[in-house]
Amino acid sequence: MTTDAPLLQVRNLCKHFPIMSKGFARKRIGSVKAVDEVSFDLRRGETLGLVGESGSGKTTCARTILRALAPTSGQALFHDDGQTIDLATLSDSDLKPLRQKMQMIFQDPFSSLNPRMTVGDIVAEPLVIHKLASGKELEERVVEMLVKVGLKPEHRQRYPHAFSGGQRQRIGIARALIMRPALVVADEAVSALDVSVQAQVINLLADLQDEFNLTYIFVAHDLSVVQHICDRVAVMYAGKIVELAATEELFENPRHPYTQTLLSAMPNIDPDVKMDFGVGGEVADAGKLPPGCSFHPRCSHRFAPCDNIVPWLEPLPDTDCHAACHLYIPEEKRDNALAHAK
Amino acid sequence: MNETVLQIEDLKTYFYTEEGEIPAVNGVTVALARGKVLALVGESGCGKSVTSYSILRLIRKPGKIVGGKILFYPKDGEPVDIAALDESSDQLYKVRGGHISMIFQEPMTALSPVHTVNNQISEAILLHQNVTPQQARETAIEMLRKVGIPGAERRIDQYPHEMSGGMRQRVVIAMALVCNPEILIADEPTTALDVTIQAQILKLIKDLQTERGTSVLFITHDLGVVAQIADDVAVMYLGRVVEKAPVRHVLKAPLHPYTMSLLQSLPSVAQRGERLPAIKGSVPSLTKIPPGCPFHPRCPHAVLSRCDVGNPPALRTFAGGGQAACIRVEEIHPGVKEINATLPGD
Repeated sequence: MTTDAPLLQVRNLCKHFPIMSKGFARKRIGSVKAVDEVSFDLRRGETLGLVGESGSGKTTCARTILRALAPTSGQALFHDDGQTIDLATLSDSDLKPLRQKMQMIFQDPFSSLNPRMTVGDIVAEPLVIHKLASGKELEERVVEMLVKVGLKPEHRQRYPHAFSGGQRQRIGIARALIMRPALVVADEAVSALDVSVQAQVINLLADLQDEFNLTYIFVAHDLSVVQHICDRVAVMYAGKIVELAATEELFENPRHPYTQTLLSAMPNIDPDVKMDFGVGGEVADAGKLPPGCSFHPRCSHRFAPCDNIVPWLEPLPDTDCHAACHLYIPEEKRDNALAHAK
Repeated sequence: MNETVLQIEDLKTYFYTEEGEIPAVNGVTVALARGKVLALVGESGCGKSVTSYSILRLIRKPGKIVGGKILFYPKDGEPVDIAALDESSDQLYKVRGGHISMIFQEPMTALSPVHTVNNQISEAILLHQNVTPQQARETAIEMLRKVGIPGAERRIDQYPHEMSGGMRQRVVIAMALVCNPEILIADEPTTALDVTIQAQILKLIKDLQTERGTSVLFITHDLGVVAQIADDVAVMYLGRVVEKAPVRHVLKAPLHPYTMSLLQSLPSVAQRGERLPAIKGSVPSLTKIPPGCPFHPRCPHAVLSRCDVGNPPALRTFAGGGQAACIRVEEIHPGVKEINATLPGD
């Protein structure tokens, strides 16, 4: 399914939030670099996992790509129908028609559905807003979509409160997919669900991907879910991608020390495979990042350049793997960067 | 046999609402061995939290403990049936927070936003011990250090909002441990936390258990966490225990179809990229519990007119020590045999 032509090319995307001083004359005294110089390609038909701990910027990154947040700088090149459009600089009015192509599924199936609207109205709303269907056709498309996500046509007249968490998540999925989007961002879409229901929704997302040739950005903190459904995984730490690799590669041979830490802290279902209880430290505060590599205060592999030079995502030879760690950056490149900075 | 510190017998906690009687906990019998970790596992609505709230008598109207015993065996002193204690008796106050304390799931809601950390930890000490506020403060600082809060002298005068999620959860744990309880109830203590912080908190609980001999009742839905921390496991479904056994039995050779299905549906167990063997349907409402075995409508092994009739199956003990509430255990697992003799005290 995955072809080489990218659907989306993200280049040096930044989202910085200002930190203002207290008091009468509020001045900008710094910035929270929630998303900092993020670059990656999203291939058509693939599922890219965006993982990291809370505060790592994974949700902000996804929202900035979709222009739910205005980026500070950088590009998000969306390739569709032979056209290339930079989502990052598009005006709001030019953006609106494109929103049909990009949809989002949210984490909390309780707060993401309007309790005063019927399920039929919720699922129909995107088509109504974009004036894509009305009357009988609208009705038919809503019914068709509800059936596709495993709900019944008669559920149209009911309100969200009458549904369980898993069913509500299906409603949210129907609302996102009724536009026939090319790109779907699933932001912790299965995190709030019970294990038995989570498996159903994961299967549903996979089926719909095959049927509609969807490309997913799957934002999650649960690594076992990511391992199961993603083709590639980008690991974020303090606003930056620190490792980007094919899923199997990443889980079998994690390169970045932070990825190694994350994987070792995953509780294994086998009582005889002990997890590493010894991980130390807390996620770096994006408002006061340490100099050099943001992870260096927690890193057991740190050496001379780590608290000095910010590492960049370096492609590793002979693999599809990228890591932003000085362990993998050749010395001459580092020297060049240092000379350049001076 | 292990010495038992907490024995719950046929506990029934019902809620009386407009929709009728809701049997949130419906005849639960479990035993917590002294110095061990017992995990109560299940999906939302299975009654695991209500069981833990019942132990501390935190059930409020419209809920009520309508039957059963909660026997607490203190290290020194007579056994107490917590379920029979008067709600405002001194004895209950002594048990709650003194002998048995609890870590709640949401560190933000478990802490008061308008009191400093010192206020909140000292309150527990002053309530249960005869000390001055200054001594209580020192004890609190020492406790904060023990749970791994750097700069405890400074942190103690802070408010919860000045701390990160992991720090707050440590404060909640410090609060629960400051009276050196014999039993710690941890209700999903790591669910809201990131994996690296989760690892630190789990280590803390494990260390306490080994150093102080604290017995832990660990409530969670995460089977990975269970594998890493529990000695014994009780799996709950719709207010009942459907399987209980030592952790390796439950996770490596589960007897009950619900436990089996739950394990198979985990993304970490299934083959990558393949469909997950999901359990069909969803957990039914407690107002509409199916007749017979409550799991039969979702069970891949259910047999018509055997599984869907009569009373819910009782727990039976099988060779190897595991217990399961399923009439078809021997048919599903050839070679597994029931032991008829019931174990005393379990």
